[in-house]
Amino acid sequence: MRTTAYVALNTYRETVRDKVLYNLLLFALLMISSSYVLGKISVYQEIKIIKDLGLASISIFGMVIAIFIGIGLVSKEIDKRTLYSVLTKPVSRTQFLVGKYLGLCLTLFVNVCVMTLGLYLVLLVMAEPLDPMLLVAIFLIYMKLTVLVAVAILFSTFTTSILAGLFTGFIYVAGYFSADLKNFHTIVDSGIVPILTKGLYYLLPNFRNFDVKSAVVAGLPIEATQVGWAVLYAILYIVLLLVASTWIFQRRNLK
Amino acid sequence: MLVVETVGLTKDYDYGHIKRSRRRALDHLDLSVEQGEIFGLIGPNGAGKTTTLKLLMGLVFPTSGSATILGLPVDDPEVKSQIGYLPEQPYFYDYLTGRELLHHFGELFGLSKPVRKQRAEALLEKVGMSEAADEPLRKYSKGMTQRIGIAQTLMNEPKLVFLDEPMSGLDPVGRREMTSLVRELQRSGVTVFFCSHILPDVEALCDRVAILNQGKLIESGRLSEILDVSIRSVSVVLEDVGESLERACTECAIDVHRVGARLEVSFAEGADFDRLLPAVIEGGARVVSVTPVKQRLEEHFVREVERAGES
Ligand SMILES: Nc1ncnc2c1ncn2[C@@H]1O[C@H](COP(=O)(O)OP(=O)(O)OP(=O)(O)O)[C@@H](O)[C@H]1O
Ligand SMILES: [Mg+2]
Repeated sequence: MRTTAYVALNTYRETVRDKVLYNLLLFALLMISSSYVLGKISVYQEIKIIKDLGLASISIFGMVIAIFIGIGLVSKEIDKRTLYSVLTKPVSRTQFLVGKYLGLCLTLFVNVCVMTLGLYLVLLVMAEPLDPMLLVAIFLIYMKLTVLVAVAILFSTFTTSILAGLFTGFIYVAGYFSADLKNFHTIVDSGIVPILTKGLYYLLPNFRNFDVKSAVVAGLPIEATQVGWAVLYAILYIVLLLVASTWIFQRRNLK
Repeated sequence: MLVVETVGLTKDYDYGHIKRSRRRALDHLDLSVEQGEIFGLIGPNGAGKTTTLKLLMGLVFPTSGSATILGLPVDDPEVKSQIGYLPEQPYFYDYLTGRELLHHFGELFGLSKPVRKQRAEALLEKVGMSEAADEPLRKYSKGMTQRIGIAQTLMNEPKLVFLDEPMSGLDPVGRREMTSLVRELQRSGVTVFFCSHILPDVEALCDRVAILNQGKLIESGRLSEILDVSIRSVSVVLEDVGESLERACTECAIDVHRVGARLEVSFAEGADFDRLLPAVIEGGARVVSVTPVKQRLEEHFVREVERAGES
Protein backbone atom coordinates (compact mmCIF):
# COMPACT_ATOMS: atom_id res chain seq x y z
CA MET A 1 0.00 0.00 0.00
CA ARG A 2 2.76 2.39 1.03
CA THR A 3 4.76 1.42 -2.04
CA THR A 4 1.78 1.93 -4.36
CA ALA A 5 1.15 5.33 -2.83
CA TYR A 6 4.80 6.24 -3.26
CA VAL A 7 4.81 5.15 -6.90
CA ALA A 8 1.63 7.18 -7.44
CA LEU A 9 3.08 10.29 -5.84
CA ASN A 10 6.24 9.89 -7.82
CA THR A 11 4.27 9.49 -11.03
CA TYR A 12 2.43 12.68 -10.21
CA ARG A 13 5.73 14.49 -9.67
CA GLU A 14 7.08 13.04 -12.91
CA THR A 15 4.07 14.19 -14.95
CA VAL A 16 4.08 17.70 -13.54
CA ARG A 17 7.68 18.00 -14.74
CA ASP A 18 6.41 17.42 -18.27
CA LYS A 19 6.33 20.55 -20.39
CA VAL A 20 3.64 19.07 -22.64
CA LEU A 21 1.28 19.19 -19.70
CA TYR A 22 1.71 22.94 -19.26
CA ASN A 23 1.29 23.61 -22.94
CA LEU A 24 -1.93 21.65 -22.98
CA LEU A 25 -3.19 23.34 -19.87
CA LEU A 26 -2.35 26.76 -21.24
CA PHE A 27 -4.13 25.94 -24.44
CA ALA A 28 -7.20 24.72 -22.57
CA LEU A 29 -7.32 27.90 -20.49
CA LEU A 30 -6.98 30.01 -23.62
CA MET A 31 -9.85 28.17 -25.17
CA ILE A 32 -12.03 28.57 -22.09
CA SER A 33 -11.33 32.28 -21.91
CA SER A 34 -11.89 32.71 -25.64
CA SER A 35 -15.45 31.59 -24.99
CA TYR A 36 -15.77 34.98 -23.33
CA VAL A 37 -15.16 36.65 -26.69
CA LEU A 38 -17.45 34.24 -28.51
CA GLY A 39 -20.12 34.83 -25.90
CA LYS A 40 -19.87 38.55 -26.54
CA ILE A 41 -20.43 38.14 -30.26
CA SER A 42 -23.57 36.05 -30.05
CA VAL A 43 -26.09 38.24 -28.38
CA TYR A 44 -28.63 35.99 -26.72
CA GLN A 45 -26.96 32.78 -25.80
CA GLU A 46 -23.66 33.98 -24.45
CA ILE A 47 -23.79 32.11 -21.15
CA LYS A 48 -24.80 28.90 -22.83
CA ILE A 49 -21.88 29.18 -25.22
CA ILE A 50 -19.40 29.84 -22.47
CA LYS A 51 -20.60 26.86 -20.46
CA ASP A 52 -20.72 24.63 -23.51
CA LEU A 53 -17.29 25.53 -24.68
CA GLY A 54 -15.82 25.42 -21.20
CA LEU A 55 -17.09 21.92 -20.50
CA ALA A 56 -16.07 20.72 -23.94
CA SER A 57 -12.56 22.10 -23.39
CA ILE A 58 -12.22 20.34 -20.06
CA SER A 59 -13.37 17.10 -21.63
CA ILE A 60 -11.17 17.31 -24.72
CA PHE A 61 -8.01 18.51 -23.05
CA GLY A 62 -8.49 16.04 -20.24
CA MET A 63 -8.72 13.34 -22.88
CA VAL A 64 -5.57 14.53 -24.63
CA ILE A 65 -3.65 14.66 -21.34
CA ALA A 66 -4.93 11.22 -20.34
CA ILE A 67 -3.85 9.67 -23.64
CA PHE A 68 -0.57 11.47 -24.23
CA ILE A 69 0.75 11.14 -20.73
CA GLY A 70 -1.03 7.89 -19.91
CA ILE A 71 0.50 5.82 -22.69
CA GLY A 72 3.97 7.19 -21.99
CA LEU A 73 3.90 6.25 -18.35
CA VAL A 74 4.25 2.53 -18.74
CA SER A 75 5.53 2.04 -22.29
CA LYS A 76 8.18 4.72 -21.90
CA GLU A 77 9.52 2.95 -18.85
CA ILE A 78 9.58 -0.30 -20.80
CA ASP A 79 11.25 1.31 -23.84
CA LYS A 80 13.81 3.21 -21.79
CA ARG A 81 14.31 0.25 -19.46
CA THR A 82 14.08 2.42 -16.39
CA LEU A 83 11.76 -0.33 -15.22
CA TYR A 84 14.65 -2.73 -14.63
CA SER A 85 15.92 -0.93 -11.60
CA VAL A 86 12.44 -0.30 -10.22
CA LEU A 87 11.06 -3.81 -10.52
CA THR A 88 14.16 -5.31 -8.92
CA LYS A 89 13.36 -3.32 -5.80
CA PRO A 90 10.59 -4.58 -3.52
CA VAL A 91 7.91 -3.27 -5.90
CA SER A 92 5.57 -5.78 -7.49
CA ARG A 93 4.38 -5.29 -11.03
CA THR A 94 0.84 -4.81 -9.71
CA GLN A 95 1.97 -2.10 -7.31
CA PHE A 96 3.86 -0.42 -10.12
CA LEU A 97 0.91 -0.44 -12.49
CA VAL A 98 -1.71 0.61 -9.96
CA GLY A 99 0.64 3.30 -8.65
CA LYS A 100 1.11 4.66 -12.15
CA TYR A 101 -2.64 4.65 -12.66
CA LEU A 102 -3.41 6.49 -9.44
CA GLY A 103 -0.60 8.97 -10.05
CA LEU A 104 -1.98 9.95 -13.42
CA CYS A 105 -5.49 10.23 -11.98
CA LEU A 106 -4.05 12.66 -9.46
CA THR A 107 -2.40 14.68 -12.24
CA LEU A 108 -5.68 14.77 -14.12
CA PHE A 109 -7.55 15.79 -11.01
CA VAL A 110 -5.28 18.78 -10.49
CA ASN A 111 -5.56 19.73 -14.15
CA VAL A 112 -9.33 19.44 -14.22
CA CYS A 113 -9.45 21.62 -11.09
CA VAL A 114 -7.33 24.28 -12.77
CA MET A 115 -9.54 24.25 -15.87
CA THR A 116 -12.66 24.40 -13.68
CA LEU A 117 -11.28 27.44 -11.92
CA GLY A 118 -10.64 28.99 -15.33
CA LEU A 119 -14.24 28.41 -16.35
CA TYR A 120 -15.62 29.88 -13.14
CA LEU A 121 -13.31 32.84 -13.50
CA VAL A 122 -14.77 33.63 -16.92
CA LEU A 123 -18.28 33.35 -15.46
CA LEU A 124 -17.22 35.65 -12.65
CA VAL A 125 -15.90 38.22 -15.07
CA MET A 126 -19.20 38.05 -16.93
CA ALA A 127 -20.91 38.68 -13.58
CA GLU A 128 -22.89 35.50 -14.00
CA PRO A 129 -24.20 33.29 -11.19
CA LEU A 130 -21.72 30.46 -10.51
CA ASP A 131 -23.86 27.49 -11.43
CA PRO A 132 -22.88 24.62 -9.06
CA MET A 133 -24.41 22.10 -11.46
CA LEU A 134 -21.40 22.62 -13.67
CA LEU A 135 -19.41 20.78 -11.01
CA VAL A 136 -21.60 17.73 -11.48
CA ALA A 137 -20.89 17.72 -15.20
CA ILE A 138 -17.17 18.20 -14.57
CA PHE A 139 -17.14 15.45 -11.97
CA LEU A 140 -18.59 13.03 -14.50
CA ILE A 141 -16.09 14.18 -17.11
CA TYR A 142 -13.40 13.35 -14.59
CA MET A 143 -14.90 9.90 -14.03
CA LYS A 144 -14.80 9.34 -17.78
CA LEU A 145 -11.15 10.38 -17.87
CA THR A 146 -10.22 7.92 -15.12
CA VAL A 147 -11.74 5.14 -17.24
CA LEU A 148 -9.78 6.38 -20.22
CA VAL A 149 -6.52 6.34 -18.27
CA ALA A 150 -7.17 2.71 -17.38
CA VAL A 151 -7.69 1.98 -21.08
CA ALA A 152 -4.38 3.70 -21.89
CA ILE A 153 -2.61 1.71 -19.17
CA LEU A 154 -4.07 -1.55 -20.50
CA PHE A 155 -2.81 -0.90 -24.03
CA SER A 156 0.60 0.22 -22.94
CA THR A 157 1.20 -3.04 -21.09
CA PHE A 158 1.43 -4.92 -24.34
CA THR A 159 2.11 -2.55 -27.20
CA THR A 160 4.32 0.37 -28.15
CA SER A 161 3.49 3.92 -27.06
CA ILE A 162 2.36 4.97 -30.53
CA LEU A 163 0.02 2.06 -31.03
CA ALA A 164 -1.25 2.35 -27.47
CA GLY A 165 -2.07 6.01 -28.17
CA LEU A 166 -3.89 5.17 -31.38
CA PHE A 167 -5.87 2.37 -29.79
CA THR A 168 -6.83 4.47 -26.80
CA GLY A 169 -7.94 7.29 -29.09
CA PHE A 170 -9.99 4.79 -31.03
CA ILE A 171 -11.63 3.47 -27.86
CA TYR A 172 -12.43 7.04 -26.83
CA VAL A 173 -14.29 7.71 -30.04
CA ALA A 174 -15.87 4.27 -30.10
CA GLY A 175 -16.97 4.76 -26.51
CA TYR A 176 -19.26 7.52 -27.70
CA PHE A 177 -20.87 5.38 -30.34
CA SER A 178 -20.98 2.10 -28.49
CA ALA A 179 -24.58 2.82 -27.49
CA ASP A 180 -25.47 2.86 -31.18
CA LEU A 181 -24.04 -0.61 -31.59
CA LYS A 182 -26.80 -2.00 -29.42
CA ASN A 183 -29.38 -1.23 -32.04
CA PHE A 184 -27.12 -1.91 -34.99
CA HIS A 185 -28.90 -5.20 -35.79
CA THR A 186 -32.00 -3.24 -36.79
CA ILE A 187 -29.94 -1.85 -39.68
CA VAL A 188 -27.80 -4.81 -40.71
CA ASP A 189 -29.28 -8.10 -39.64
CA SER A 190 -27.27 -10.85 -41.21
CA GLY A 191 -24.75 -13.46 -40.15
CA ILE A 192 -22.37 -12.63 -37.39
CA VAL A 193 -22.77 -8.86 -37.61
CA PRO A 194 -25.39 -8.61 -34.83
CA ILE A 195 -23.37 -10.90 -32.56
CA LEU A 196 -20.26 -8.87 -33.21
CA THR A 197 -21.91 -5.52 -32.58
CA LYS A 198 -23.65 -6.82 -29.45
CA GLY A 199 -20.31 -8.14 -28.21
CA LEU A 200 -18.61 -4.83 -28.87
CA TYR A 201 -21.42 -3.00 -27.16
CA TYR A 202 -20.83 -4.88 -23.95
CA LEU A 203 -17.05 -4.72 -24.25
CA LEU A 204 -16.53 -1.06 -25.08
CA PRO A 205 -16.94 1.55 -22.39
CA ASN A 206 -20.04 3.65 -22.88
CA PHE A 207 -18.85 7.21 -22.46
CA ARG A 208 -22.31 8.65 -22.97
CA ASN A 209 -23.12 7.48 -19.47
CA PHE A 210 -20.90 10.28 -18.27
CA ASP A 211 -22.18 12.95 -20.57
CA VAL A 212 -24.57 15.35 -18.86
CA LYS A 213 -23.08 18.48 -20.45
CA SER A 214 -26.07 19.49 -22.54
CA ALA A 215 -28.53 18.84 -19.74
CA VAL A 216 -26.51 20.93 -17.31
CA VAL A 217 -26.06 23.75 -19.80
CA ALA A 218 -29.78 23.70 -20.58
CA GLY A 219 -30.44 23.94 -16.86
CA LEU A 220 -32.25 20.59 -16.68
CA PRO A 221 -32.12 18.71 -13.37
CA ILE A 222 -29.69 15.81 -13.03
CA GLU A 223 -30.82 12.89 -10.91
CA ALA A 224 -28.58 11.66 -8.16
CA THR A 225 -29.18 8.06 -9.19
CA GLN A 226 -27.85 8.79 -12.68
CA VAL A 227 -24.62 10.12 -11.21
CA GLY A 228 -24.46 7.19 -8.82
CA TRP A 229 -24.81 4.65 -11.60
CA ALA A 230 -22.19 6.39 -13.69
CA VAL A 231 -19.72 6.28 -10.79
CA LEU A 232 -20.46 2.64 -10.14
CA TYR A 233 -20.05 1.87 -13.82
CA ALA A 234 -16.72 3.70 -13.90
CA ILE A 235 -15.38 1.88 -10.84
CA LEU A 236 -16.40 -1.49 -12.19
CA TYR A 237 -14.87 -0.77 -15.55
CA ILE A 238 -11.63 0.54 -14.07
CA VAL A 239 -11.24 -2.48 -11.80
CA LEU A 240 -11.75 -4.82 -14.74
CA LEU A 241 -9.25 -2.92 -16.88
CA LEU A 242 -6.65 -2.84 -14.13
CA VAL A 243 -7.07 -6.54 -13.42
CA ALA A 244 -6.60 -7.29 -17.12
CA SER A 245 -3.58 -4.94 -17.32
CA THR A 246 -1.94 -6.55 -14.32
CA TRP A 247 -2.64 -10.00 -15.68
CA ILE A 248 -0.88 -9.14 -18.95
CA PHE A 249 1.92 -7.15 -17.38
CA GLN A 250 2.82 -9.87 -14.91
CA ARG A 251 3.42 -12.27 -17.77
CA ARG A 252 5.38 -9.90 -19.91
CA ASN A 253 9.07 -10.53 -20.54
CA LEU A 254 10.89 -7.24 -20.10
CA LYS A 255 13.50 -7.79 -22.75
CA MET B 1 24.08 -22.52 2.06
CA LEU B 2 23.52 -21.99 -1.63
CA VAL B 3 22.54 -18.40 -2.20
CA VAL B 4 21.84 -18.82 -5.89
CA GLU B 5 20.85 -22.03 -7.57
CA THR B 6 19.59 -22.64 -11.07
CA VAL B 7 18.37 -25.98 -12.32
CA GLY B 8 18.01 -26.59 -16.04
CA LEU B 9 17.37 -22.90 -16.58
CA THR B 10 16.41 -22.37 -20.22
CA LYS B 11 15.28 -19.30 -22.13
CA ASP B 12 14.06 -19.05 -25.71
CA TYR B 13 13.47 -15.65 -27.26
CA ASP B 14 10.84 -15.15 -29.93
CA TYR B 15 11.74 -13.34 -33.10
CA GLY B 16 9.59 -11.75 -35.77
CA HIS B 17 5.90 -11.04 -35.78
CA ILE B 18 4.80 -12.74 -38.96
CA LYS B 19 7.32 -15.51 -39.40
CA ARG B 20 7.82 -16.65 -35.86
CA SER B 21 11.10 -18.17 -34.90
CA ARG B 22 12.76 -18.86 -31.60
CA ARG B 23 16.33 -18.70 -30.54
CA ARG B 24 17.72 -20.36 -27.48
CA ALA B 25 19.58 -17.81 -25.40
CA LEU B 26 20.19 -20.07 -22.44
CA ASP B 27 20.29 -23.83 -22.51
CA HIS B 28 19.75 -25.92 -19.36
CA LEU B 29 21.98 -23.93 -17.08
CA ASP B 30 22.87 -25.48 -13.74
CA LEU B 31 24.70 -23.11 -11.44
CA SER B 32 25.21 -22.79 -7.75
CA VAL B 33 26.72 -19.94 -5.83
CA GLU B 34 27.74 -20.30 -2.25
CA GLN B 35 27.36 -17.90 0.64
CA GLY B 36 30.08 -15.30 0.82
CA GLU B 37 31.89 -16.02 -2.42
CA ILE B 38 32.64 -13.89 -5.43
CA PHE B 39 31.26 -15.69 -8.42
CA GLY B 40 32.11 -14.69 -11.97
CA LEU B 41 30.04 -15.56 -15.00
CA ILE B 42 32.07 -15.14 -18.15
CA GLY B 43 31.49 -15.80 -21.81
CA PRO B 44 31.74 -14.17 -25.23
CA ASN B 45 29.18 -11.63 -26.48
CA GLY B 46 25.75 -13.15 -26.74
CA ALA B 47 26.65 -16.09 -24.52
CA GLY B 48 23.63 -15.56 -22.30
CA LYS B 49 25.13 -13.83 -19.25
CA THR B 50 22.70 -10.94 -19.18
CA THR B 51 19.86 -13.33 -19.91
CA THR B 52 20.85 -15.37 -16.86
CA LEU B 53 20.80 -12.29 -14.66
CA LYS B 54 17.47 -11.11 -16.05
CA LEU B 55 15.98 -14.52 -15.35
CA LEU B 56 17.30 -14.38 -11.80
CA MET B 57 15.85 -10.88 -11.39
CA GLY B 58 12.43 -11.98 -12.63
CA LEU B 59 12.52 -9.50 -15.50
CA VAL B 60 12.08 -12.29 -18.01
CA PHE B 61 10.56 -15.68 -17.35
CA PRO B 62 12.22 -19.03 -18.06
CA THR B 63 11.01 -21.26 -20.88
CA SER B 64 11.82 -24.16 -18.58
CA GLY B 65 13.85 -24.87 -15.50
CA SER B 66 13.89 -22.94 -12.26
CA ALA B 67 16.03 -20.77 -10.04
CA THR B 68 16.20 -19.87 -6.38
CA ILE B 69 17.83 -16.97 -4.58
CA LEU B 70 18.59 -17.26 -0.85
CA GLY B 71 16.60 -20.46 -0.93
CA LEU B 72 13.46 -18.72 -2.18
CA PRO B 73 11.92 -18.79 -5.66
CA VAL B 74 13.07 -15.74 -7.63
CA ASP B 75 9.58 -14.22 -7.70
CA ASP B 76 9.23 -14.27 -3.91
CA PRO B 77 8.73 -10.64 -2.78
CA GLU B 78 11.09 -11.23 0.16
CA VAL B 79 14.02 -11.76 -2.23
CA LYS B 80 14.11 -8.24 -3.60
CA SER B 81 14.65 -6.49 -0.31
CA GLN B 82 17.80 -8.54 0.24
CA ILE B 83 19.52 -8.19 -3.09
CA GLY B 84 21.09 -5.47 -5.19
CA TYR B 85 21.17 -5.43 -8.98
CA LEU B 86 23.19 -3.38 -11.41
CA PRO B 87 21.72 -3.71 -14.92
CA GLU B 88 24.00 -4.01 -17.94
CA GLN B 89 23.32 -0.49 -19.14
CA PRO B 90 22.03 1.33 -16.13
CA TYR B 91 18.94 3.18 -17.23
CA PHE B 92 17.64 5.46 -14.54
CA TYR B 93 15.26 8.39 -14.45
CA ASP B 94 17.56 10.95 -15.98
CA TYR B 95 15.65 13.94 -14.67
CA LEU B 96 16.64 13.03 -11.11
CA THR B 97 19.95 14.05 -9.59
CA GLY B 98 22.30 11.39 -8.31
CA ARG B 99 21.28 12.09 -4.73
CA GLU B 100 17.56 12.10 -5.57
CA LEU B 101 17.93 8.77 -7.34
CA LEU B 102 19.41 7.15 -4.25
CA HIS B 103 16.65 8.59 -2.09
CA HIS B 104 14.06 7.42 -4.60
CA PHE B 105 15.27 3.84 -4.41
CA GLY B 106 15.62 4.16 -0.64
CA GLU B 107 11.89 4.99 -0.54
CA LEU B 108 11.12 1.91 -2.57
CA PHE B 109 12.99 -0.14 0.04
CA GLY B 110 10.85 1.53 2.70
CA LEU B 111 13.84 3.12 4.45
CA SER B 112 13.17 5.94 6.89
CA LYS B 113 14.43 9.37 6.01
CA PRO B 114 17.44 9.50 8.37
CA VAL B 115 18.58 6.06 7.21
CA ARG B 116 18.17 7.06 3.57
CA LYS B 117 20.15 10.20 4.09
CA GLN B 118 22.95 8.52 5.95
CA ARG B 119 23.29 5.68 3.42
CA ALA B 120 23.00 7.93 0.39
CA GLU B 121 25.78 10.22 1.64
CA ALA B 122 28.03 7.32 2.57
CA LEU B 123 27.53 5.65 -0.80
CA LEU B 124 28.01 8.86 -2.79
CA GLU B 125 31.31 9.25 -0.98
CA LYS B 126 32.26 5.64 -1.58
CA VAL B 127 31.70 5.75 -5.34
CA GLY B 128 33.31 9.18 -5.63
CA MET B 129 30.16 11.00 -6.71
CA SER B 130 29.67 13.45 -3.85
CA GLU B 131 30.57 16.41 -5.99
CA ALA B 132 28.27 15.63 -8.90
CA ALA B 133 25.46 14.45 -6.60
CA ASP B 134 23.26 17.44 -7.33
CA GLU B 135 23.44 17.31 -11.09
CA PRO B 136 20.75 15.50 -13.03
CA LEU B 137 21.70 12.10 -14.40
CA ARG B 138 21.20 13.24 -17.95
CA LYS B 139 24.37 15.29 -17.58
CA TYR B 140 26.44 12.36 -16.34
CA SER B 141 29.10 10.60 -18.39
CA LYS B 142 28.85 6.85 -18.85
CA GLY B 143 31.27 6.14 -16.04
CA MET B 144 29.48 8.53 -13.70
CA THR B 145 26.16 6.83 -14.41
CA GLN B 146 27.85 3.51 -13.75
CA ARG B 147 29.11 4.80 -10.40
CA ILE B 148 25.66 5.97 -9.36
CA GLY B 149 24.35 2.63 -10.58
CA ILE B 150 26.71 0.84 -8.24
CA ALA B 151 25.71 3.09 -5.36
CA GLN B 152 22.00 2.34 -5.86
CA THR B 153 22.78 -1.37 -5.81
CA LEU B 154 23.93 -1.03 -2.21
CA MET B 155 21.18 1.22 -0.79
CA ASN B 156 19.46 -1.63 1.04
CA GLU B 157 22.68 -3.15 2.39
CA PRO B 158 22.02 -6.34 0.42
CA LYS B 159 23.18 -9.82 1.33
CA LEU B 160 23.75 -10.60 -2.30
CA VAL B 161 24.56 -8.38 -5.27
CA PHE B 162 24.26 -9.06 -8.98
CA LEU B 163 26.48 -6.92 -11.16
CA ASP B 164 26.21 -7.02 -14.93
CA GLU B 165 29.51 -5.76 -16.32
CA PRO B 166 30.31 -3.54 -13.34
CA MET B 167 33.60 -2.36 -14.84
CA SER B 168 32.18 -1.15 -18.13
CA GLY B 169 32.67 2.54 -18.68
CA LEU B 170 34.99 2.95 -15.72
CA ASP B 171 38.42 4.50 -16.06
CA PRO B 172 41.47 2.62 -14.73
CA VAL B 173 41.14 4.31 -11.35
CA GLY B 174 37.45 3.49 -11.28
CA ARG B 175 38.17 -0.11 -12.15
CA ARG B 176 40.59 -0.40 -9.30
CA GLU B 177 38.10 1.23 -6.93
CA MET B 178 35.45 -1.20 -8.13
CA THR B 179 37.77 -4.11 -7.48
CA SER B 180 38.43 -3.00 -3.95
CA LEU B 181 34.74 -2.30 -3.40
CA VAL B 182 33.90 -5.87 -4.40
CA ARG B 183 36.57 -7.18 -2.04
CA GLU B 184 35.23 -4.99 0.73
CA LEU B 185 31.74 -6.34 0.13
CA GLN B 186 33.02 -9.85 0.40
CA ARG B 187 34.77 -9.05 3.66
CA SER B 188 31.51 -7.80 5.10
CA GLY B 189 29.86 -11.08 4.17
CA VAL B 190 28.11 -10.07 0.94
CA THR B 191 27.96 -12.61 -1.86
CA VAL B 192 28.84 -11.11 -5.24
CA PHE B 193 27.65 -12.55 -8.54
CA PHE B 194 28.99 -10.74 -11.56
CA CYS B 195 29.40 -10.91 -15.30
CA SER B 196 32.39 -9.44 -17.00
CA HIS B 197 34.51 -9.45 -20.09
CA ILE B 198 37.55 -8.15 -18.34
CA LEU B 199 39.16 -11.44 -17.50
CA PRO B 200 42.17 -10.20 -15.54
CA ASP B 201 39.70 -8.55 -13.15
CA VAL B 202 37.70 -11.73 -12.92
CA GLU B 203 40.85 -13.68 -12.26
CA ALA B 204 41.95 -11.29 -9.57
CA LEU B 205 38.58 -11.25 -7.82
CA CYS B 206 36.65 -14.44 -8.21
CA ASP B 207 36.63 -17.50 -6.05
CA ARG B 208 34.75 -19.43 -8.66
CA VAL B 209 33.84 -18.86 -12.28
CA ALA B 210 31.49 -20.34 -14.83
CA ILE B 211 32.16 -20.12 -18.53
CA LEU B 212 29.16 -19.78 -20.78
CA ASN B 213 29.17 -20.10 -24.55
CA GLN B 214 26.15 -19.86 -26.83
CA GLY B 215 23.83 -20.40 -23.92
CA LYS B 216 25.59 -23.50 -22.66
CA LEU B 217 27.74 -23.91 -19.60
CA ILE B 218 31.10 -25.21 -20.76
CA GLU B 219 32.90 -25.18 -17.47
CA SER B 220 32.55 -24.10 -13.87
CA GLY B 221 34.58 -24.41 -10.74
CA ARG B 222 37.25 -22.87 -8.57
CA LEU B 223 39.78 -20.86 -10.48
CA SER B 224 42.58 -23.03 -9.11
CA GLU B 225 40.83 -26.10 -10.51
CA ILE B 226 39.97 -24.63 -13.86
CA LEU B 227 43.35 -23.22 -14.60
CA ASP B 228 45.58 -26.16 -15.16
CA VAL B 229 48.51 -25.56 -12.84
CA SER B 230 50.47 -28.52 -14.24
CA ILE B 231 50.84 -26.77 -17.57
CA ARG B 232 53.53 -24.31 -16.77
CA SER B 233 55.13 -22.73 -19.72
CA VAL B 234 58.26 -20.63 -19.44
CA SER B 235 59.12 -17.50 -21.25
CA VAL B 236 62.84 -16.98 -21.91
CA VAL B 237 64.64 -13.93 -23.22
CA LEU B 238 67.98 -14.53 -24.94
CA GLU B 239 70.63 -12.18 -26.33
CA ASP B 240 73.26 -12.63 -29.05
CA VAL B 241 71.51 -15.57 -30.62
CA GLY B 242 73.16 -17.04 -33.69
CA GLU B 243 71.28 -18.29 -36.70
CA SER B 244 71.58 -22.01 -35.98
CA LEU B 245 70.47 -21.49 -32.40
CA GLU B 246 67.45 -19.51 -33.54
CA ARG B 247 66.51 -22.38 -35.81
CA ALA B 248 66.85 -24.83 -32.94
CA CYS B 249 64.64 -22.61 -30.80
CA THR B 250 61.97 -22.45 -33.47
CA GLU B 251 61.88 -26.22 -33.54
CA CYS B 252 61.25 -26.92 -29.88
CA ALA B 253 59.48 -23.77 -28.68
CA ILE B 254 55.83 -22.80 -29.07
CA ASP B 255 56.53 -19.22 -29.94
CA VAL B 256 59.57 -17.23 -31.02
CA HIS B 257 59.75 -13.47 -31.31
CA ARG B 258 62.66 -11.30 -32.29
CA VAL B 259 62.76 -7.90 -30.59
CA GLY B 260 65.89 -6.03 -31.70
CA ALA B 261 68.94 -7.96 -30.56
CA ARG B 262 66.83 -10.05 -28.23
CA LEU B 263 64.91 -13.20 -28.85
CA GLU B 264 61.78 -13.95 -26.81
CA VAL B 265 61.07 -17.65 -26.71
CA SER B 266 58.08 -19.38 -25.11
CA PHE B 267 58.38 -23.03 -24.17
CA ALA B 268 55.40 -25.21 -23.41
CA GLU B 269 57.30 -26.75 -20.54
CA GLY B 270 60.40 -25.92 -18.53
CA ALA B 271 61.95 -29.24 -19.58
CA ASP B 272 62.01 -28.16 -23.21
CA PHE B 273 64.20 -25.25 -22.30
CA ASP B 274 66.43 -27.45 -20.14
CA ARG B 275 67.15 -29.62 -23.19
CA LEU B 276 68.07 -26.60 -25.24
CA LEU B 277 70.25 -25.02 -22.58
CA PRO B 278 73.59 -26.67 -23.58
CA ALA B 279 73.13 -25.44 -27.16
CA VAL B 280 72.47 -21.92 -25.88
CA ILE B 281 75.70 -21.83 -23.93
CA GLU B 282 77.65 -23.40 -26.75
CA GLY B 283 76.27 -20.92 -29.28
CA GLY B 284 77.59 -18.06 -27.13
CA ALA B 285 74.15 -16.63 -26.39
CA ARG B 286 73.25 -15.00 -23.08
CA VAL B 287 70.17 -15.77 -21.00
CA VAL B 288 68.57 -12.46 -19.96
CA SER B 289 65.58 -13.86 -18.10
CA VAL B 290 63.55 -17.00 -17.48
CA THR B 291 59.96 -16.46 -16.32
CA PRO B 292 57.53 -19.23 -15.50
CA VAL B 293 54.12 -18.44 -16.96
CA LYS B 294 51.05 -19.59 -15.12
CA GLN B 295 48.12 -20.23 -17.33
CA ARG B 296 45.95 -17.16 -17.49
CA LEU B 297 42.19 -17.22 -17.44
CA GLU B 298 42.22 -15.33 -20.69
CA GLU B 299 44.12 -18.01 -22.61
CA HIS B 300 42.07 -20.72 -21.02
CA PHE B 301 38.88 -18.91 -21.91
CA VAL B 302 39.86 -18.39 -25.53
CA ARG B 303 40.92 -22.01 -25.88
CA GLU B 304 37.75 -23.40 -24.30
CA VAL B 305 35.49 -21.19 -26.36
CA GLU B 306 37.33 -22.14 -29.53
CA ARG B 307 37.11 -25.79 -28.67
CA ALA B 308 33.39 -25.47 -27.96
CA GLY B 309 32.99 -23.75 -31.31
CA GLU B 310 34.70 -26.57 -33.17
CA SER B 311 32.68 -29.41 -31.72
N1 LIG C 1 15.57 -8.88 -25.84
C1 LIG C 1 16.00 -9.88 -26.59
N2 LIG C 1 15.25 -10.34 -27.61
C2 LIG C 1 15.67 -11.34 -28.37
N3 LIG C 1 16.84 -11.97 -28.20
C3 LIG C 1 17.64 -11.57 -27.23
C4 LIG C 1 17.27 -10.49 -26.37
N4 LIG C 1 18.26 -10.31 -25.47
C5 LIG C 1 19.20 -11.19 -25.77
N5 LIG C 1 18.85 -11.96 -26.82
C6 LIG C 1 19.63 -13.05 -27.42
O1 LIG C 1 20.02 -13.92 -26.39
C7 LIG C 1 21.36 -14.31 -26.53
C8 LIG C 1 22.11 -14.02 -25.25
O2 LIG C 1 22.16 -12.63 -25.03
P1 LIG C 1 22.73 -11.98 -23.72
O3 LIG C 1 22.35 -10.55 -23.72
O4 LIG C 1 22.31 -12.80 -22.55
O5 LIG C 1 24.29 -12.13 -23.94
P2 LIG C 1 25.51 -11.65 -23.03
O6 LIG C 1 26.24 -12.86 -22.65
O7 LIG C 1 25.03 -10.78 -21.95
O8 LIG C 1 26.36 -10.82 -24.08
P3 LIG C 1 27.24 -9.50 -23.89
O9 LIG C 1 28.54 -9.96 -23.43
O10 LIG C 1 27.31 -8.94 -25.26
O11 LIG C 1 26.54 -8.61 -22.93
C9 LIG C 1 21.89 -13.58 -27.74
O12 LIG C 1 21.91 -14.49 -28.82
C10 LIG C 1 20.89 -12.51 -28.02
O13 LIG C 1 20.73 -12.33 -29.40
MG1 LIG D 1 25.39 -8.87 -21.41
